[in-house]
Amino acid sequence: MTKPILQMKQIHIRYGSHHVIKGVDINVFAGEIACLLGASGCGKTSLLRSIAGFEKLSQGRIQIRDHMVNDESMTIPPEQRHVGMVFQDFALFPHLDVNHNIAFGLSRLNNNEKNQRVDELLEMIGMNDIGDKFPHQLSGGQQQRVALARALAPKPDLLLMDEPFSGLDVELREQLASEIRNIIKQEGITAILVTHDQNEAFAMADKIGLLHEGHIVQWGSPYNLYHQPATRYAANFIGQGVIIPGQIIDQNTINTDLGLIHGKVPCGCRLNCAVEVLIRPDDLIHDDESACQLEIVNKVFRGAEFLYTLKINDSYSVLCLAPSHHDHPLNSYLGISLDMSHIVVFNCAQHG
Amino acid sequence: MIIKLEIDRWRMGLAAISLLFSIPVIVILSSVFHGVGDNWIHLVDTVLADYVTHSLILMFGVSIGTLSIGVTTAWLTSFCDFPGRKFFQWALLLPLAVPAYIIAYTYTGMLDFTGPVQTFLREWFGWRAGDYWFPEIRSIGGAISMLSLVLYPYVYLLSRAAFLEQSSITLEASRSLGMGPWKSFFYIALPMARPAIITGLSLALMETLADFGTVEYFGVSTFTTGIFRTWFGLGDASAASQLASILLLFVFILIIMERFSRRQARYHQPLGRQAHAQRFQLKPGRAWLAFMACLLPLLSGFALPFSQLLIWTVETAEEMINDDFYVLIINSLSLAVVTSIMALCLALFMGYGQRLHNTMFMKFMVRVASMGYAIPGTVIAIGVVIPFAWLDNSIDSWTRDQFDFSTGLLFSGTLFALVFSYLVRFLAVSVGSVESSLGKIKPSMDDAARSMGLKPLQVLQKIHIPIMRSSLLTALLLVFVDILKELPATLLLRPFNFNTLAVRAYELAADERLADAASAAIMIVLTGIIPVILLSLSISKNRYEP
Repeated sequence: MTKPILQMKQIHIRYGSHHVIKGVDINVFAGEIACLLGASGCGKTSLLRSIAGFEKLSQGRIQIRDHMVNDESMTIPPEQRHVGMVFQDFALFPHLDVNHNIAFGLSRLNNNEKNQRVDELLEMIGMNDIGDKFPHQLSGGQQQRVALARALAPKPDLLLMDEPFSGLDVELREQLASEIRNIIKQEGITAILVTHDQNEAFAMADKIGLLHEGHIVQWGSPYNLYHQPATRYAANFIGQGVIIPGQIIDQNTINTDLGLIHGKVPCGCRLNCAVEVLIRPDDLIHDDESACQLEIVNKVFRGAEFLYTLKINDSYSVLCLAPSHHDHPLNSYLGISLDMSHIVVFNCAQHG
Repeated sequence: MIIKLEIDRWRMGLAAISLLFSIPVIVILSSVFHGVGDNWIHLVDTVLADYVTHSLILMFGVSIGTLSIGVTTAWLTSFCDFPGRKFFQWALLLPLAVPAYIIAYTYTGMLDFTGPVQTFLREWFGWRAGDYWFPEIRSIGGAISMLSLVLYPYVYLLSRAAFLEQSSITLEASRSLGMGPWKSFFYIALPMARPAIITGLSLALMETLADFGTVEYFGVSTFTTGIFRTWFGLGDASAASQLASILLLFVFILIIMERFSRRQARYHQPLGRQAHAQRFQLKPGRAWLAFMACLLPLLSGFALPFSQLLIWTVETAEEMINDDFYVLIINSLSLAVVTSIMALCLALFMGYGQRLHNTMFMKFMVRVASMGYAIPGTVIAIGVVIPFAWLDNSIDSWTRDQFDFSTGLLFSGTLFALVFSYLVRFLAVSVGSVESSLGKIKPSMDDAARSMGLKPLQVLQKIHIPIMRSSLLTALLLVFVDILKELPATLLLRPFNFNTLAVRAYELAADERLADAASAAIMIVLTGIIPVILLSLSISKNRYEP
């Protein structure tokens, strides 16, 4: 495999006695869009800002391409790192028009080259006619695109995006996310974004790093993060689902209160071990004919579908999605069958 | 490596500035440890009690005066509707443009025996000298009136802002719980505005303590006149600075009062944004009263003295407006322009240094450097002249020893000392403006510029200064006007034969040439109107205003 564009080794960040990042290793490869995902306060923004050089490391090394930008002995200031950044509040310069905002980082080029590059970027974000407008005359989505164009203009080695969609309307986010993903891919830029919103992460990223209490809990593709969560925290944070107790019968069967679950059991234990099984809503299929009928204790209308909460027994319930024309009243019974393409279990070492 | 060096540059610079600008205060305070001289014992035995009581009476009287005028007019213009309200809400600030010593000369001229008021009374009633009693303006009561007339805008400004921030909800809640409008005012609106009112009052009282021109002219002996006399009359720097240190004690109490009430004020903010209460529509009779209540302070604090100055200026123009007068203007303007630009540059350095390295150390240093704002000009002048005179003498005796050559007074006898003392006194004004407008620029702007290849100083130059342009101009103007108005420090520290407008007005008034003083005085008042206009513009931009 090629050498990573960004290498972070054993990163620690402390604010006084507050230990925010506790030994993180990250490699991001050329052309990848990586995402640091985590709840607010998990340190993801500090980590991103340390790549740009705005945050001091208390320990660790950062290398961008072949340049060491941060280690125990030295810190390269942000202006020499060749890293572009899109800020949460966009940080467009209010006293400069769009052209000058985008050209701001192009001080090495002559005027002709500058104009050419600015036009190129305006073209790319599909906003050729707004060059002489000022930031306050733009809508949120337009400001976002200009901020991206400005960060991309100097062709940075790495593009950083800090919660790039949080300032925008919800409807706008999804559309803009895929649009921006296309632009980044088209430019062939390696990018890292930070977000607390898993949908944004899914829409944008090739690789997601889930950050929790200063550690990377899991690093992988969005699909893997959803379907193969490494820990209970990952399973709870990403997607919906419940965890119910089960007992391993053999290497292909687990007995649970929902009945027998068939599939490859990812656990060293062969017999009689107590485990916890993750059941996602998409693991259950609504089936009126099924023998397994569960009481509906809650239901949420979501437009295309209902999200039903079904009671297994006094201690456990599961979630099930059903098309919204399957409208069953509360406290009635819903038939379900299991369709688990892969089984996820936790705490599998315990013997029962 | 690169970053480390830079931190040291800002830190060292800021520490040096702070140290330099705190020298006067340190000098004054350390005088407490000097031995007690004969003059000091003499002062304690004779006049010290007078200084203390007079200063206290003055402060008490000015408190009553500024509070009654300031709070009443603030309440009327923010809670009531009457003809002229919109005009009054900015015009009531105009007396701020008139320095107390100028209004004092003017009223003396208007009210003394040969002045227009007494002449009119004599002619009207056919009285003659000695037939009637007329209040003596040159008294402590007169000083209280003069100071109250020009200092009430501080109370007006801050209490009005507090009244406007009060939400309609709170007052409506009070009304719905059975309180009438008057009771609601005394139990709700007034207590909620109290911290702001006290902040305004402490600013007015600081000015009262700092006043030299008025009390000197009215013959009221206070600390500032006492310091001046001990310094010029007795030539005793040590006793003068010991007096000054007692005055500083008073000032520090006021600073603590101001700081404390500012902090309190934060807890009295309404939660969330709410609409301002509906104004009371006053009935004609009451509206008339409200109109008069606002008109009187405006007339007596600005319109009357200003008209009198104008009349005098026109009367004496032929004699007074000459080349000397133009020299006066050029002196004053160039001094004020140069110093305010220097103050702004220092403030930018300090404000930006603090933004780059926002540590307790930097914050403390900025506070230390801008300590001078509450300290009377007389005190600063003493605190500047003592160390500079020492420095001059040391240099002089050294060059005499080494080269048999006398340097004379390099620092204390030149404009250097004057400019330095202005900076000590007014640096806080520009630091305050720079800090607040820098604070409004989001930190992500800095990061964005840095990530696009700019060094910290380039960020200041290309991002911050262009964005802050208009508030920097305001900062420049505020300091400019303050310097133009400043009297005692200029009087004490100006080089021989160097005159400014303020000093010239003082000298002419002291020679009882009140009418001749008017042309210099009116120049000061006219420039003083500039910040008032700026202030009223910022008021009319207030988001609570319809």
